[in-house]
Amino acid sequence: MIEALAFYMFAAITVASGVLVISMRNPVHSVLFLILAFFNSAGLFVLLGAEFLAMILVVVYVGAVAVLFMFVVMMLDINYVEMRQGFLQYLPIGGVIGLILLVELIVMLGGWHLEPELIATGAAPMPVPISVTNTQALGQLLYTHYIYLFQASGMILLVAMVGAIVLTHRKRTGVKKQVIQNQLARTVEDSVELVKVETGKGI
Amino acid sequence: MLEIGLGHYLTVAAILFTLGIFGIFLNRKNVIVILMSVELMLLAVNINFVAFSTELNDMVGQVFAVFILTVAAAEAAIGLAILVIYFRNRGSIAVEDINMMKG
Repeated sequence: MIEALAFYMFAAITVASGVLVISMRNPVHSVLFLILAFFNSAGLFVLLGAEFLAMILVVVYVGAVAVLFMFVVMMLDINYVEMRQGFLQYLPIGGVIGLILLVELIVMLGGWHLEPELIATGAAPMPVPISVTNTQALGQLLYTHYIYLFQASGMILLVAMVGAIVLTHRKRTGVKKQVIQNQLARTVEDSVELVKVETGKGI
Repeated sequence: MLEIGLGHYLTVAAILFTLGIFGIFLNRKNVIVILMSVELMLLAVNINFVAFSTELNDMVGQVFAVFILTVAAAEAAIGLAILVIYFRNRGSIAVEDINMMKG
């Protein structure tokens, strides 16, 4: 009973904030509703028994991705009024495509059922909840069978980090900076010049 | 109605995914909202994975969801970096004139 109430609350707020994300006039408000959607889907994950993923969702999505969005939205100086032009122009085609997709998904969901004997054939059955926590079970799987995929995802993050830095880094002209190799390459000949000054004339 | 099963979660995920698609079509002038819609779609996929993981009593679904989260974070970082340099060059973030990037 309480689970059902919690599910409907989380699901309703997630869907409602999803609607607001795509329809808000100001992107800052969109990001805030995205954060609300993430929090409520973390609640859905807790209801499903995936506590670790719920916490990761809060930490990674809300703490990193949404804040990154917020930074970029506030950093770019954009005229939000002219950005809304074409909103109504694309509403019919977008609505039709969204409706078709939703109907397809619901038809698929309606005519689909799970074979009961399939449930027992999972590759890595979940442990009994009391003996091993969700985080432990996930770690035991992630660091043993899926260690190469884990390393690969680390490489993906590294490449993304390097890519983001290379893309956004810019060389600014007119900034005085210490370049050590230029300092070390200096010789006496090209840095010191001896001049014979005539008396009363100057250089 | 009060018995929450796999179908309920799949319905929520389907609605969220559709909202993501709809958002991409609706906000043609604003790449930031399009990126947010992509995040919504990835979230819907994650809900699907975790729901099936619970239903089938199989941990692999959650492992996969962790990887999807990783890729989503990387995608957001790269996408926003591209957005920043695009804005620096153009002064706007409308998708319609993004084809100048083909050089």
